[in-house]
Amino acid sequence: MSERILMKGNEAVAEAAVRGGCRYFFGYPITPQNEIPEYMSKRLPEVGGAFIQAESEVSAINMVYGAAGAGGRAMTSSSSPGISLKQEGISYIAGAELPCVIVNMVRSGPGLGGILPSQGDYFQSVKGGGHGDYRMLVYGPASIQEAVDITYKAFEKAEKYRIPVMILGDGVLGQMMEPVVLPEMTDIASIPVKEWATDGTKSGKDRRIINSLYIEADVLEGMNNKFAALYERMKAETACETYLADDAEIILTAFGITARIAKSAVDILRESGVKAGLIRPITLYPFPSDIYAQYAAKKTVKQFITLELNLGQMVEDVRLAVNGAKPVDFYGRSGGNIMSPEETVQQVLKKIK
Amino acid sequence: MQKVFQKSALLTDTPFHYCPGCTHGISHRITAEALEELGGKQGIIGVAPVGCAVFAYNYFNCDIQQAAHGRAPAVASGIKRVCPDKIVFAYQGDGDLASIGMAETVHAAARGENITIIFINNAIYGMTGGQMAPTTLIGQKSTTSQGGRTAALQGNPIRICEMLATLDGASYIARVSLHDLKSVVAAKKAVKKAFDYQVAGKGFSLVEILSTCPTNWGMTPENSMEYVKNEMTKVYPLGVFKEV
Repeated sequence: MSERILMKGNEAVAEAAVRGGCRYFFGYPITPQNEIPEYMSKRLPEVGGAFIQAESEVSAINMVYGAAGAGGRAMTSSSSPGISLKQEGISYIAGAELPCVIVNMVRSGPGLGGILPSQGDYFQSVKGGGHGDYRMLVYGPASIQEAVDITYKAFEKAEKYRIPVMILGDGVLGQMMEPVVLPEMTDIASIPVKEWATDGTKSGKDRRIINSLYIEADVLEGMNNKFAALYERMKAETACETYLADDAEIILTAFGITARIAKSAVDILRESGVKAGLIRPITLYPFPSDIYAQYAAKKTVKQFITLELNLGQMVEDVRLAVNGAKPVDFYGRSGGNIMSPEETVQQVLKKIK
Repeated sequence: MQKVFQKSALLTDTPFHYCPGCTHGISHRITAEALEELGGKQGIIGVAPVGCAVFAYNYFNCDIQQAAHGRAPAVASGIKRVCPDKIVFAYQGDGDLASIGMAETVHAAARGENITIIFINNAIYGMTGGQMAPTTLIGQKSTTSQGGRTAALQGNPIRICEMLATLDGASYIARVSLHDLKSVVAAKKAVKKAFDYQVAGKGFSLVEILSTCPTNWGMTPENSMEYVKNEMTKVYPLGVFKEV
């Protein structure tokens, strides 16, 4: 199917998940992601799957744990305060090596905050979020088509590494409509059987245990070292887009919806004679540090300016990657406000050294 | 020589880590025997709690998931969606089920999840060293109610069976004890019935087993059994509270 149709972000992500093999969804209402559980509640029974509206986000993520542990392609979605509630469960899922997909359509915080878009959950998503040493594969799509393509492949990635995959959207991505081409329906029968899954088909010495408890220090350290090696291998998934960056002197950098604004700002800056370019991380973890380091080493590059819908989170990873080679500045909006391309251009011109 | 008794095939050879006099061992045994009596044709998936029974995955000889504290009913619900034809059970203590996991317990019952929960009520947090549980009796001492629980200061004990029996989704709700041989036999029958209800697809079933914790109660195993018989059953009367 290659027909272009107009879809709302949340519904497009939900349909992409179904086409990617998702058959189990556990959700709880919170704005601005409600269309995902709503869509799934109708859609999953049509394809032989199951939907539960859980009693809380805490319960929903633990249903994901159970379903993923039993071998199903399981998913949940929420928005910032709800994702905070899921963090314990996400840590357990990571610790028990279970694959699943989690969508966070970020709203502004802290606390109950507001329902307008934000990127304030960057730290929570890429630095762990829950307790202990774990990471997720975190994507920051910038369009509904990209969100669809990433969601479609997310279960495969989650199963390849046996990790939770997070899709970090925001209120804009969830609520806006864009034309999309949906991928083909995955043949469920083609998904490899998970030998580790507790599906009740084995017992005795062949039985399977899903667990994250390791009482002995050496054993737990061994598990943590195994995870460290896994996260190292996961660097193969690093994805990044550059735009007019090759001859750029001023590198704007942003992820998700902010990168769309930054791209417009780059065009305006170019028209006014400023050699601007853009680096847009598509994976937020693993972070494309090497790309930043490469550009930081270029003689032509004078400065990086990070743009975010928060008070400065990804900028810390940009600074680590640039490692002092060039100045790294920051401009952000929060509370649900979004910078315009013109506002961005003005701020960039002010910050150019 | 004729073999007159052997341990259930649904228990592994791993020695229990439980304290002397603790009734988790008997509870494990009757659960395993009841599961075995189902005929073994259906696969079994267990869910272990956080608490003294956290290592249940080492003892039950079936596929098993270890859940976060209180979340076993949610985990079991997720498993049951993927494996609707398998026996899915959770084994939980009172802190796990009646305190931190109360929402998961009540809503799994309300949804009529076709799962079985074995609920061990020993009126105390055993694993963490004897703190007050939601089921600690009035007057009972714990490390966080050192003068004895009072209704005014710590509130009242929760009767899970009576509460869950009000929910339409619950199919079989019973409270049993293990304080003597007769009660053990009755407890096993109740556990078997709970699993039978699941096999029949009747919905949520739960058996509350009044249990001992000699270590944290500061009693001998024998006196602990007497305490269950004489004191706990007054607050937590034995019986079947729901049977559809």
